[in-house]
Amino acid sequence: MPPDTLNATLSAEAPYDEMFGADGQCRPQYQALYKRLDEIPREELNRRQHAADLSFLHQGITFTVYGRDEGTERIFPYDLLPRIITGPEWETLERGLTQRIRALNLFLKDIYHEGRILKDGVVPAELVYTCRHFRREMRGVSVPRDIYISVVGTDLIRLRDGRFVVLEDNLRVPSGVSYMLANRQVMKRVFPRLFGNYGVRPIDHYGTALLSTMRALAPPGRPDPTIVLLTPGVYNSAYYEHAFLARQMGIELVEGRDLLVHDNVVYMRTTAGPRRVDVIYRRLDDDFLDPLAFRADSALGVAGLFNAYRAGNVALANAVGTGVADDKAVYAYVPAIIRYYMGEEPVIDNVETYLMTDGAQRRHVLDNLDKMVVKAVGESGGYGMLIGTHSTAAEREEFRRRIESEPRNYIAQPVLALSQAPCLIDGKVEARHVDLRPYILCGEQVTIVPGGLTRVALRRGSLVVNSSQGGGSKDTWVLNE
Amino acid sequence: MLSRVADSLYWTSRYLERAEHTARLIDIGLNLMLDQSSAAVERRWGRLLDSVHAPPRLTGSSDAYHIAEAMTFDLSNETSIVACIANARENLRQVREQISSEMWEQLNTLFLRVKGTRLDDIWNVSTHEFFRSVKEGAHLFQGITDATMNHGEGWQFIQVGRHLERAGVTATLLDVYTNDLLTRDGGPETPQRTYLDWVGLLKACTAFEAYCKVYTADLRPERVVEFLLLNAECPRSVRFAAEAIQASFQSIAEATGTRKSGRVNRLAGRLRATLSFGQIDEILETGLRAYLNDVRRQCAQIHEAILQTYVAYPVESALAS
Repeated sequence: MPPDTLNATLSAEAPYDEMFGADGQCRPQYQALYKRLDEIPREELNRRQHAADLSFLHQGITFTVYGRDEGTERIFPYDLLPRIITGPEWETLERGLTQRIRALNLFLKDIYHEGRILKDGVVPAELVYTCRHFRREMRGVSVPRDIYISVVGTDLIRLRDGRFVVLEDNLRVPSGVSYMLANRQVMKRVFPRLFGNYGVRPIDHYGTALLSTMRALAPPGRPDPTIVLLTPGVYNSAYYEHAFLARQMGIELVEGRDLLVHDNVVYMRTTAGPRRVDVIYRRLDDDFLDPLAFRADSALGVAGLFNAYRAGNVALANAVGTGVADDKAVYAYVPAIIRYYMGEEPVIDNVETYLMTDGAQRRHVLDNLDKMVVKAVGESGGYGMLIGTHSTAAEREEFRRRIESEPRNYIAQPVLALSQAPCLIDGKVEARHVDLRPYILCGEQVTIVPGGLTRVALRRGSLVVNSSQGGGSKDTWVLNE
Repeated sequence: MLSRVADSLYWTSRYLERAEHTARLIDIGLNLMLDQSSAAVERRWGRLLDSVHAPPRLTGSSDAYHIAEAMTFDLSNETSIVACIANARENLRQVREQISSEMWEQLNTLFLRVKGTRLDDIWNVSTHEFFRSVKEGAHLFQGITDATMNHGEGWQFIQVGRHLERAGVTATLLDVYTNDLLTRDGGPETPQRTYLDWVGLLKACTAFEAYCKVYTADLRPERVVEFLLLNAECPRSVRFAAEAIQASFQSIAEATGTRKSGRVNRLAGRLRATLSFGQIDEILETGLRAYLNDVRRQCAQIHEAILQTYVAYPVESALAS
């Protein structure tokens, strides 16, 4: 399949194309790939795609759709063709993401302590205090090294002019990093020669970096801390990832029922007796952590965990209450938050965002609903969303009603053209919309493995890349140059 | 090792051993049925169902198809082969990161094959092949486990599960058979009349050939009982299982610190001693039933002690000590 049929889709209205410039020429970083695609017979390409799919299935890199006796597991669709980011592009991203995580950590510390930014009126206090994920219980609680967010997955998209902007921050329990690592493994097996010659920066040290990020949180006087990964269990759709990361780090994968709290110290139940736990990389939402502190009906958590945490006897990553900073209405203030704490301009911009609590902005959005993306502020994973351009009148009416009755609960953004990248669809190379989720680790220092999860909206024209909504992913190459 | 993980490995192995045992019994039941009168058939199915704790609704049935269906493919019957394999798989699924992927693939394949088979597909055509493939599937799992998993604590819990289940089912099988064969109304039947039944018992323990090597094909009840109960080399004898259990517990005690494992080790040692030093003539004289009941009771005590020592121990006392 000659990839130049891709050019046909280009026009003035077209989104940024990762492979082709506006002049229809292949971008330099894609030229070797372009050439290879031209040489390689279509059957061979299909064969390699098939080999990659099988490899995922056999390794059990799957999402679970689980019934009593079905055991159906589905692979997260993998696209064979890599997405390529140049060294200089990455350098900017790295700077911007580091700046952002530092600022957000300072913001969280501030709002859970003196609240200077609220008193100074930079962020409205009401906005923070009405946030569903604000945890009053965290007021005045000190967390190790003042690190609230240890692991972030930031969703970036690329605009028509080629700039990356932040679409949202995932500061609670971001997932997907195992696919980033698995995609790379498979890529190396399927395209060894191409990969070897491309000068791609490695990402394999993610597990080690994650472990030292967790180690940095250990309570004082615990030189050889016990670190565990807390999973909701095998029925969670990301269970594969939890098991994978635990294995990568060489730590125990625990469930709530494996842990217990005694005298404000957390232990795990082992065959050799209770063993003290110092740091918990938890992949469980705040709500379910501790039935005594949060949702009483949680069977997944550990009774007494929050008190042990407040007492400083155990560290949680991420900290409790970080969700306030990825509330989509607070998101709109992140550039201001960066300026306030860092005294710098944001390196990576936000997407223009309308707050529905502001009368003028709300009117503007309601008048232009068919051109807007409306999102519920506390949701993630592509749920609770209206994409104006792809909506029916009834859906718009429904969202108009919801916005008017609960303005705090919604924000709106203009419908943006996500950039597109070549993908192998049913044996043909076609362009699909993509985003990028790099993973940022904040321990003693900020570490970002060069790459991330490039998610693909596999349906033609679709802008939704979430795995729960029919998205796939591809390997992301960050080049040395 | 996490208590939950040890527990899951233990149960995986127990369930799989049970599935293999049941597959063997049904296979042999179907095979021996061909050789006997209908009255004997009914008795034999009765014994077999008793020995695997089949659900009461099957009691008195001698309809081979019905029994095979209920004991093989009925997921709602928790003693059926498919239910045991499903439970083994469910336990293993929860600890996938602790085992080799080959182990998981083998058990998963076995589960899918059994679940995907209908009795009508195999009835009269390849029944024997099917049960054989179930047995082989279970053996393959244990073989893969030996070859691909570290022989550490987790592996030892798998061994404990397998041998404790084996000791229990063999003792139960012996009890049901001997109770029926040795104490029938009108006194014990002659070995000639019950020859096929004794062969059946030995075959149910894959021990017929091994028995013949030791005692020749001269089948005598006391020898059969001795062989299945006290033989040190037959891998399906109760004594063999008891020795394996004790050895595994010693390794587990070393891995976890002996402080708390005293009771488990004492119980395992007692069971082994009961069998290693047992004399068949004395046992028959004082009562085989009582002896077998004692063995089963000791197995149950060991099971309880595992839970209390390694899995569901009271935390306060564990923290205090």
